[in-house]
Amino acid sequence: MRVPLSWLREYVDLPAGESGRDLADKLVRAGLEVETVEQLGGDLKGPLVVGKVLAIEELTGFKKPIRYCQVDVGDANGTGEPQNIVCGARNFAVGDKVVVVLPGAVLPGPFPISARQTYGHTSEGMICSARELGMGDEHDGIIVLPAEFTPGTDAIELLELVDEVLDIAVTADRGYCLSVRGVAREAAIAYDLPLSDPALLDVPPANSYGPLVKVEDPAGCDRFVARGVVGIEPTALSPLWLQRRIQKAGMRPISLAVDITNYVMLELGQPLHAYDRSRIDGAITVRRARAGEKLRTLDGVERTLDVEDLLICDNSGPIGLAGVMGGAGTEIATAVEDPETGRVSGTTEVVVEAAHFDPVAIARSVRRHKLPSEAAKRFERGVDPEAGKAAAQRAVDLLVLVAGGTAEAGVTDIAAPHPVHSITIAADHPDRVAGQEYGRETVVRRLQEVGCTVVGGDVLVVTPPSWRPDLTDPNDLAEEVIRLEGYAELPSTLPTPPAGKGLTEAQRLRRRTGLALAGAGYVEVLNYPFIGETVLDAFGLDADDPRRETVKLANPISDEEPSLRTTLLPGLLAALRRNVGRGATDVALFEQGLAFRVDGTDPGTLFKAPRLPVDRRPTDEEIAQLDAALPRQPRRVATVLAGNREPDGWWGKGRAATWADAVESARTVAAAAGVELTVRQDQHAPWHPGRCAALYVGETLVGHAGELHPRTVKALHLPERTCAMELDVELLTADGSGHVEGPRISGFPVATQDVALVVDAAVPAAEVESALRAGAGPLLESLRLFDVYTGEQIGADKKSLAYALRFRAPDRTLTADEASGAREAAIAEAVARTGASLRG
Amino acid sequence: MSAPNKSYDPVEVEALKPEEIERLRDEALAAFEAAADLAALQEAKVAHTGDRSPLSLANREIGALPPQAKKEAGQRVGQARGAVNKALAERRAVLEAERDARVLTEEAVDVTLPFDRAPRGARHPLTTLSERLGDIFTAMGYAVAEGPEVEAEWLNFDALNMGPDHPARSTQDTFFLKDATGHSTDGVVLRTHTSGVQIRSMLAASEPPIYVICPGRVFRSDELDATHTPVFSQIELLAVDEGLTMADLKGTLDHMVVSLFGEGMKTRLRPNYFPFTEPSAEMDMVCFNCRGESVGNPDRPCRTCSSEGWIELGGCGMVNPRVLIACGIDPNRYSGFAFGFGIERLLMFRHNVEDMRDIVEGDVRFTLPFGMEI
Ligand SMILES: [Zn+2]
Repeated sequence: MRVPLSWLREYVDLPAGESGRDLADKLVRAGLEVETVEQLGGDLKGPLVVGKVLAIEELTGFKKPIRYCQVDVGDANGTGEPQNIVCGARNFAVGDKVVVVLPGAVLPGPFPISARQTYGHTSEGMICSARELGMGDEHDGIIVLPAEFTPGTDAIELLELVDEVLDIAVTADRGYCLSVRGVAREAAIAYDLPLSDPALLDVPPANSYGPLVKVEDPAGCDRFVARGVVGIEPTALSPLWLQRRIQKAGMRPISLAVDITNYVMLELGQPLHAYDRSRIDGAITVRRARAGEKLRTLDGVERTLDVEDLLICDNSGPIGLAGVMGGAGTEIATAVEDPETGRVSGTTEVVVEAAHFDPVAIARSVRRHKLPSEAAKRFERGVDPEAGKAAAQRAVDLLVLVAGGTAEAGVTDIAAPHPVHSITIAADHPDRVAGQEYGRETVVRRLQEVGCTVVGGDVLVVTPPSWRPDLTDPNDLAEEVIRLEGYAELPSTLPTPPAGKGLTEAQRLRRRTGLALAGAGYVEVLNYPFIGETVLDAFGLDADDPRRETVKLANPISDEEPSLRTTLLPGLLAALRRNVGRGATDVALFEQGLAFRVDGTDPGTLFKAPRLPVDRRPTDEEIAQLDAALPRQPRRVATVLAGNREPDGWWGKGRAATWADAVESARTVAAAAGVELTVRQDQHAPWHPGRCAALYVGETLVGHAGELHPRTVKALHLPERTCAMELDVELLTADGSGHVEGPRISGFPVATQDVALVVDAAVPAAEVESALRAGAGPLLESLRLFDVYTGEQIGADKKSLAYALRFRAPDRTLTADEASGAREAAIAEAVARTGASLRG
Repeated sequence: MSAPNKSYDPVEVEALKPEEIERLRDEALAAFEAAADLAALQEAKVAHTGDRSPLSLANREIGALPPQAKKEAGQRVGQARGAVNKALAERRAVLEAERDARVLTEEAVDVTLPFDRAPRGARHPLTTLSERLGDIFTAMGYAVAEGPEVEAEWLNFDALNMGPDHPARSTQDTFFLKDATGHSTDGVVLRTHTSGVQIRSMLAASEPPIYVICPGRVFRSDELDATHTPVFSQIELLAVDEGLTMADLKGTLDHMVVSLFGEGMKTRLRPNYFPFTEPSAEMDMVCFNCRGESVGNPDRPCRTCSSEGWIELGGCGMVNPRVLIACGIDPNRYSGFAFGFGIERLLMFRHNVEDMRDIVEGDVRFTLPFGMEI
């Protein structure tokens, strides 16, 4: 809502020196969000006067047509002689009244004006356009004033060019501040001054001979005021002062009748509609739409109506979408002059509608037809249902005053019974909400200031004014008191929560995981969870892979990425590619976050969340229904890496990142979680089929790691041999991390034995190791693979695995026989399980 | 080895004569002094203190002497051997120091060679800043609550006093969802704030007190630009207990900004409107950079607060009793307060980050300097 200070001062007698900024500060403290205070004509300086064009000489020979004009500016130039002015605009004729700026003046910008040589003449000033005067930029060409003004009249005052405009972002609860009246009320309270309420007008009582109106849906329309004005001069224009106020408030002057309805809406907050009475067929009827009905609205769009849409109709059908936008069929007609007869035709009779519609019905129509309007904005936020009569009267008065019309005596006012809504609060309720003592007297005074009727002692019965439909609950009243007493005055105290338990195990694990991976050289990224089909294709996923079953956005930011991620890898790989594209060579990234999975959910309940009531706690069953409507959202952790894991340096060559680093990153996560990870060979897209490790905790598959498939690498333009790991944190920790028993440290000496075994190349090292461990028995303290050999000495398709075994007993020094016995047992188990042979 | 011999006359034993003992001692001292390195000293040690050295041999003769002579000879030889051992130790210390000085000099390296062999990693500053906030409140006794990012509309809107026709609901730029086959979904959205977690916390608690903070990612269908991102991080706080007031809300906010930015920091509340709180407020904090001293002081402009002296932080208020009712909490007995703000903005002004895109794009050059904690 844009509020010109000059307009507001009409209703509140603010102190003379008070600036727009001063007022804004006070209003902000009272809870109005004043976004800007615009200074109109701040650097404007005269002389800027009305001129009458006496003569026009067309200059030729230039790139564009130029006029050399003589303009009568009265005595404003000190001589009374006509002013010679060169002008590039053409929308004026001899005899027109224009706005002339004389040498010595300064236009907004600031642009100082002086006499200057141009197009072979001396131009003593300028004929001004609206844009040059800071009046808005919608008009091309210069301003042509109504004929009645005298040359030499000061145009700064005439056009009200110097003003301040407060731009206020009105919150949803303060619909009344979408009017100068409402903001003036807040200003009056802030300054403790009386308000001259512009809605306090003499209004004739309703009678039976006003315009015919039938309200068939009183729930949707609980008030309908209609008035008629006849004998309007079709060519009458809005007076300058009215145009200027509308302009400053951010609306565009259109035609007299429309300008007047807009003006009254801005003034009182009551949206009005003006119909050309000659185009209405029968009674104006308010009802809901019927299936299939159509309406061409003022913006020229034909709209198919919904049965919930609230309509204004006549015998011909819908003539307006109630409270949202009028229909084209009953629009006020523009005055048209018949070139042959010279007769002017246009609207001469008007019906003014000032109604009150159900906010919900209006809001739904706006959403349904995507048709926000100034009227609908006000109805949605709540219009004063008592303002309609005054608003209609104000519009009638203006039509009579400036359009030469005659008000009809008939007054239609249809009102559904309106229950009086009172709120009962303890007089100290605001004190208890604020944590500060105001006292009953202050509470009552503040509530009365906002327009409430207050009765009672320790318990107050408060009846809010008609313009405050937002005041429904005790806390609404508390807020009124607290904001007017000042939020800045609130004391600062600390509550005392019960002792807390700190972070949960899952939260601590997330921190440990982040620290461990960052400590291992990975950089955390937080990617958008949006992915597209192409990346899943690049991953080579089967058609029935659950990762293809995505939750989709109805309104994605990008049509390329309309789905929610089912895996963290697409985002991480895109971030990897971005870093490489920006010149990085060795990149290791990680992310922890949610994936969105449909697999494992019940299609019978998925995406079918009930709409529960809010006047009670939902039952546990109802809460379960809400949860059952959601996809699975497992928390996952993933790493990607490319280039060198260790860089080249003065110490020698670096070490390229490999599948093993990806597996190692999984071990890092598992170590942070305190669980034992085992690895099995696997084939799983998008990993390289020969370099893909399945990660297990016990018998539970928790994720995969390894080198990416070369096709995926190519399709996604990744560095060669890019590696990745992803695992499900919840599966990883499903059994909880193992409880650690304090180890007994043996002080007896260690016995070390080496074993080299030859196995088929296809036998996984992990199997050989677990066989050795199983066979070696409890004396085995540790086991480490220290060499892998392939080559001629052992034959094709074979590999030799060399292990160092360390044996130790808790209670004695092992004999040589005991140590070799355990070694033999380990070998025997490996031979039995894996077909290994001892390397000679 | 000689056996004791009662008829043995010490005067007869040449090796135990005082002059002879002195001579042997002096020879040893001279030999040590002459040893040029540790190897030579070792040779001299064997020659003069070893089992077959003259002094050792002399020492062995003592046992055969009669008691009186034994004592005298013993003292003499003992003193001589003591002097020899002392000289040996001193000479060894000198020679070892010389050797060490030489060897350690030879082993010297250029320790300024770059050693960046193990790559450095880092955690994202949004993560660590969110944790930092979490720590402030867990220290006060709050729990950290979390919830799903795809959320039921009832939890994201309705329970928060934003019914289907509430004007505020349509201004949230909500991402709506479709199922895998492209059909629209019923009552499920990408959460627009973490307030659904507040509701879940209240539904889960059998009875207040409830003190939780709810950090998490939220989604609004804004285009990414220098100051907006469709996916951002939020932290919300909820306290429900008997007798909580706006003053408690203010005190909690003050405590938070002091914890984050240091002593002397404070907040300011301005009236505003949110459906889920009543009364509602916008919260500002004193500019931590200029502490408000740039206001009206054109010589010392402040970029952090545009010389306003205050920085807008987020929204807050007393939990609307209607929200409590929807969660089964008696508003006549309990009251609550809540606040929420975006962590990206906090990161931007706390660390002078100019472009939102740097936060979201995952460039390691942005994240690395933030290290492990913030
Ligand atoms: Zn500052």
